[in-house]
Amino acid sequence: MRLRTSVLAGALVAATVGVSALPAAAQDSIYVPLFTYRTGPFSGSGIFIAEGMHDYLEMLNQRDGGIGGVKLVIEECETGYDTKKGLECYEAVKDKKPVMVNPWSTGITLPLIPRAAVDKIPVLSMAYGLSAAAIGDTFPWVFNPPATYWDGLSMILSYIGDKEGGLDKLKGKTIGYIYLDAGFGKEPIPLFEQFAKDYGFTLKLYPVAATEMQNQSSQWLNVRRDRPNYMVLYGWGALNPTAIKEAVKINYPMDKFVSIWWPSEDDAKSAGDGAKGFKELNWHAVGANFPAIQDIKKHVTDKNLTQTDKNHLGQVLYNRGVYNSMLIAEAIRNAQKITGKKVVTGEDVRRGLETLDVDKARLKEIGLEGFTDAVKLTCADHNGHFPAFMQEWDGTKWVKASEPIKPDMAKVGPLLSAAAKEYVEKNTGWPKRTEACDKAS
Amino acid sequence: MFYREAGQFKTSYLADQAIFPIRQDRIGLALILLVAFVVLPLTASGFFLSVVMVPLLIFSLAAIGLNILTGYTGLLSLGTGGFMGVGAFACYKLTSIFPDVNIVVWLLVSGLFASGVGILFGLPSLRIKGFYLAVATLSAQFFLDWAFVRLPWLVNYNVSGAIEVPTRTLFGIPVTGPNATPQVRYLVILCIVTLLTWFASNLVHGRIGRSWMAVRDMDLAAELMGIRLYRTKLLAFAVSSYFCGVAGALMVFLWYGSAEPGVFGIDQSFFILFMVIIGGLGSLIGSFFGAALIYGLPIILRGFVNGIGLEIAPATVEHLTFMTVGGLIVFFLIIEPAGLARLWQIAKQKLRVWPFPY
Repeated sequence: MRLRTSVLAGALVAATVGVSALPAAAQDSIYVPLFTYRTGPFSGSGIFIAEGMHDYLEMLNQRDGGIGGVKLVIEECETGYDTKKGLECYEAVKDKKPVMVNPWSTGITLPLIPRAAVDKIPVLSMAYGLSAAAIGDTFPWVFNPPATYWDGLSMILSYIGDKEGGLDKLKGKTIGYIYLDAGFGKEPIPLFEQFAKDYGFTLKLYPVAATEMQNQSSQWLNVRRDRPNYMVLYGWGALNPTAIKEAVKINYPMDKFVSIWWPSEDDAKSAGDGAKGFKELNWHAVGANFPAIQDIKKHVTDKNLTQTDKNHLGQVLYNRGVYNSMLIAEAIRNAQKITGKKVVTGEDVRRGLETLDVDKARLKEIGLEGFTDAVKLTCADHNGHFPAFMQEWDGTKWVKASEPIKPDMAKVGPLLSAAAKEYVEKNTGWPKRTEACDKAS
Repeated sequence: MFYREAGQFKTSYLADQAIFPIRQDRIGLALILLVAFVVLPLTASGFFLSVVMVPLLIFSLAAIGLNILTGYTGLLSLGTGGFMGVGAFACYKLTSIFPDVNIVVWLLVSGLFASGVGILFGLPSLRIKGFYLAVATLSAQFFLDWAFVRLPWLVNYNVSGAIEVPTRTLFGIPVTGPNATPQVRYLVILCIVTLLTWFASNLVHGRIGRSWMAVRDMDLAAELMGIRLYRTKLLAFAVSSYFCGVAGALMVFLWYGSAEPGVFGIDQSFFILFMVIIGGLGSLIGSFFGAALIYGLPIILRGFVNGIGLEIAPATVEHLTFMTVGGLIVFFLIIEPAGLARLWQIAKQKLRVWPFPY
């Protein structure tokens, strides 16, 4: 009996090993793996993103038969926002010639950054991951458009400055910063401290450990004691709804509570009416009134080709997933244009990303007119540092609350170069850029 | 029929006391080592080596470390994740301060730092035991967790607060960093794990191991027999943390390649503890079994579901895997509460008299 079981187990192992070694992608298709998390503590945010990313690409498959006539093989890999599983996913997709990876977790992005150049797989970490990756000369394989967390912070501060009637009015004020105590939340602190010094405000830090995301009462007790004039939030997953709820509970004035671009409708909704006036940065529209998203409805959700809940279409994080997939698709299309090949590889798509130029006309063409600003990347700048606007929660939906705000590149730029330089110094033997720079097509 | 010691005579006490007294066992071990050292690196795919074998060996090493403490000495610890972190951060600091020293040396030395921290947090074990000690080691976990996040010196003032592993070579071949091939990484880990397992096996079968087990079975009696409790317990903490520390350093340097402090959280401690419990308390081979069941099985299940070509969404596969693994854990614990190692022993016992059990 034991013998049989172990033989069976052995066969199982052998079968699996054999199977996983098989290439999945056929010759005449483009393999686009999506690292998603529909399970785990961050699934509250991850589900929307996964749906948006998957549905846009699936829509291209259904409506246009892929990109440039080549079908996309879309494969989701569940990471659960866990670095272990993310690396497992990476190893699993690596041999199937993916044209790029989207890790959707800073923890997974960091180990992939040095591997990208070796495995020739570009990493698109859209507005997350390592901010310094914006420096294309150092990180030719990593892209993080349309803005870094440092850009985001500078935009939040200029918004606050505007409200106060000038950044110099911040003198003597107190700004609180509540953040996920991990790479993502800690990254902006040096810049924040520099701003505090330059403009003369006091910075109060309220770190929230990843394990304590749903228990922030002690942090908010301190907020009540310190009474900061403004609160800035850098959270993800369960941290966001909890922070908003706690802020409502201590009657913190919501119009002075500003977040980076991650809270979703559900996050704000869960805090009830008290959350009205809560603000966050965003760089794309919400709502489903765009031809491309209507096409998703027509070709994908109405035909039940996806697991997406139909109500999710047009929500902020769903649209962010769509935006991410739009970048993927445009990069592939651009790569096809540059190389003249139909079936492109990771190396081609890297060039495609580097010369990515999605202007207003192109946005109109793909049915996303007015959805977002034009995106243009260069070899030196893999981020673009595009402006974002503030949106406000009105109790049922997000409404645009400001004009686009430009990041303060005079402050952010030097920090980025310094961070990139430091990264190279610490990683002795970091390869010099050898990839040629294409002319924008 | 094949597995039977009839005809194998022992002519010396030494031969009788051998760890593997039966010839077939020795042949089996040699075969396993041959497969691990020669066949796998030559034939297995990079995916299999870096996703299945590398983590499996690292977790086995950590499980052996915890097994020495919990299984052999009977001191329940929840600080494993923290001790692994100490090893990883120590290795990172050492290799960034002395970049010219070979990385393998630092991987082995970093365990000593974990050892020191382990002794420090092992001090309460002299007065408290059982669940109370678990709480005391839990404080180690939380303190270390806090220290990893709060002390920027540990990550060389990196803004993202993460360790980024530089490229290091051994005989001119990259061992860490993006250029290290799965084969090289696997072989380095395999050598270290084999060496340390051999070391642990000698420890637990010798005088020290016996004193640990005496303390586990009844510390009062052990004390009356002349075993010095504080030394024995602290030694167990030191050795256990050394193993965990090396495992942590291997994990970051040869597997992840970069790590945020969150990797060494309380989850990691529980993960390893479950491996030890499922594998079998007080058994080295059980540590390997435990790691294989808790870490390896989900991967194999996922691969299996994908492999048979069923169109199931990855999130559903994830849920199914969770449920199946949970069910299997319950199943194994019901049929053999003493863990997989005990099952293995029973199987060997049955095999010895097979096919004529009477």
